[in-house]
Amino acid sequence: MAFEDQRTTVYKIDPAHPESETLPTLRTEELLLNMGPQHPATHGVLKVILELEGERLVKSTPVLGYLHRGVEKLAEDGTYHQFIPHTDRLDYVCAMYNNFAYCRAVEKLMNITVPDRAEYLRTIVAEVQRIVGHQFWLGTQALDIGAMTVFFYCFRDREILMDWFDELCGARLTTSWYRIGGVERDFTPALFDKLKQFLDYFPPKIDEYIVFLETNRIWLGRTKGVAIISAEDAVSFGLSGPTLRGSGVDYDLRKAQAYSAYPKCDFSVPLGKNGDTYDRYWIRVQELYESVKIIRQCLEQIQDGPIMADVPSVTLPPKQRVFTNLESMIQQFKLFSQGFDAPRGEIYCGTEAHKGELGFYIVSTGGGKPYRLKIRAPSFIHMGAFDHMSRGYMISDAVTIFGTYDIVMGECDR
Amino acid sequence: MLLQELASRLQEGFSAALVRTAEWRGELTVTVMRDRLHEIAQFLHDNPAMDFDYIVHVSSVDWPDDEERFEVVYEFYSIRKRHQIRLKTRVPESDCIVDSLTDLWRGANFMEREVYDMMGIRFRHHPDLRRILLPDDYTEGYPLRKDFPLRGKGWRDTFEFLDETAR
Amino acid sequence: MGLIQIGRHDKDGASDVIITTIEKAVNWGRKGSLWPMTFGLACCAIEMIAAVSSRYDMDRYGAGVFRASPRQSDLMIVAGTVCRRMAPVIRKLYDQMPEPKYVIAMGSCATSGNIYDSYSVVQGVDRFVPVDIYVPGCPPTPEALFDGILKLQERIMLKPVFLKQPDQVKPRLKV
Repeated sequence: MAFEDQRTTVYKIDPAHPESETLPTLRTEELLLNMGPQHPATHGVLKVILELEGERLVKSTPVLGYLHRGVEKLAEDGTYHQFIPHTDRLDYVCAMYNNFAYCRAVEKLMNITVPDRAEYLRTIVAEVQRIVGHQFWLGTQALDIGAMTVFFYCFRDREILMDWFDELCGARLTTSWYRIGGVERDFTPALFDKLKQFLDYFPPKIDEYIVFLETNRIWLGRTKGVAIISAEDAVSFGLSGPTLRGSGVDYDLRKAQAYSAYPKCDFSVPLGKNGDTYDRYWIRVQELYESVKIIRQCLEQIQDGPIMADVPSVTLPPKQRVFTNLESMIQQFKLFSQGFDAPRGEIYCGTEAHKGELGFYIVSTGGGKPYRLKIRAPSFIHMGAFDHMSRGYMISDAVTIFGTYDIVMGECDR
Repeated sequence: MLLQELASRLQEGFSAALVRTAEWRGELTVTVMRDRLHEIAQFLHDNPAMDFDYIVHVSSVDWPDDEERFEVVYEFYSIRKRHQIRLKTRVPESDCIVDSLTDLWRGANFMEREVYDMMGIRFRHHPDLRRILLPDDYTEGYPLRKDFPLRGKGWRDTFEFLDETAR
Repeated sequence: MGLIQIGRHDKDGASDVIITTIEKAVNWGRKGSLWPMTFGLACCAIEMIAAVSSRYDMDRYGAGVFRASPRQSDLMIVAGTVCRRMAPVIRKLYDQMPEPKYVIAMGSCATSGNIYDSYSVVQGVDRFVPVDIYVPGCPPTPEALFDGILKLQERIMLKPVFLKQPDQVKPRLKV
């Protein structure tokens, strides 16, 4: 016996004329699917509410804030030096670059010039961090799409650089090696040698990673033509970094602002054509090659010299002196507890991090603590364009789109 | 374009609306009156000599001792012309509402939501003005205001969902 | 000859009959096949992923099969900062895990809130979820995480199997 209520429609077919029966229209509704915040493919704690029509995405609403730690409020509570470890944990995959962006901003505020050797060291480490970050990205993007081997290869080589960081500053992931006015310590000769060895070892490895992907039908099918964004839309949304350059817009802060040792190095900025996932993937792989080039040139050009600017009222004394010399210890204590006297004013300073433009807007009313510190996080802004980028694609492309944006929730939620 | 030229072009067109123009550390900051904000922003976006197509950030600063307590800060950049400008406006606490610029720069959507979430400033004609980083039912106020305590008002330590886990 | 061999092993003469208690056998099975749930919140998740990768191979300890669903896992490694907004989600996932279940609080943020003494960070995941092992560090290196997992394995060996477990202690702290 058929159970009939208002919602069930019983289809009666006349056995004499089966082909003439027209089925009544089915009741269709959009399905609201909740993806996250605990999900293997969302990069961190991100929740997206997907409105699906069949398999197609009609609208996706990202829900952020599951990792909101109140970092901007914490910045107002401590001195400028004390904020450096917080910056590590913003984009925790590429910690050194966040330190770099922050130190540049404070140096702009204080009008400090960093010595040459420190600039070269900073650039070298920043590009090494870029390699680490892009390896992580490539590994996780490939893993999400299904290519597990690439994940293991990328992480194998990433471990070499993590050991290098460990030897440089004591930490693998959240490093805090940059200081306001320079860097914390110099490279040892062993570090130079290891880096040179790595630069010889690495480019064939990049070829190894992409040999799995370049001509792979599944990869091409899942990345070509997916998540296309036009150049105009990308600029209007405020996208930056590889997501912007994938659409063909030539905006790289390393060239536009020419900071640190980048103007002295000769490197090119890869640009995409179509603005799809494959272009952004290709750009990041090319950036790996370019980073190797930049590091090589910096290693050739670096000269001896001081690694910290000579402004004792702002910069920290060398650690060996702090433990032996009373004046240095007092200077270190005062700088960390009270801070240095910043001038009244406000600045904004943007840096080309891996994800895009990472910027710090600092308002200072004098004194040792920032009055307001705003972090311009590229991941947050890229999430603003997520809905636009994902309309019309299949639900399985949602995972690809997370990866192509290269979102890190520590930076997105702050 | 040089910063002086930028400033003078704005002076020509909108001298009544400009409150202050300042240049410091190589950056130009222009403070405007609240009701002319959208007009000036449109000029910056549409005028081909200005061509500010890229929105860098939208943020807010709390000056509790001033009568017009909140300051909304916009920063724009032109990718082709390679110049940057900061546009600021002030709103009092009693009437903290500003025009939204989401029709000019689509990226302003999330950025303005964050300003609303953290400081409580509302944006007229914003397509979807709700909290973004804190949950929708957060009742303690707006965290980045200067009178809000760093450790919050107890939300972080109360776990009302625990009482629901019946065994 | 045949499937069951009775008597000393041909190769090294070692006895192939082991005598133990059922409790030890059950605990040995449980500790050797911990299935963690993918629960990376923040930076510690990156070190957890590194611990699973080929260099530090977590699979050697039996804990390499990461399940995405809490219904199929028995270990929840809370790796990262626990924000108050995420707390009900964590508790719900914890409740969905079947017994016996274990929780490792990985990193300083999950242990005690770390440097984030702010309005939205819970000062330690043990405020609403019972924790077995705390692994300090910011982030702890993969070796430190293994230390935590090995200590958890030692604890598992000590747990009684046939006695009734005490009722789950519900932390009701209103601090």
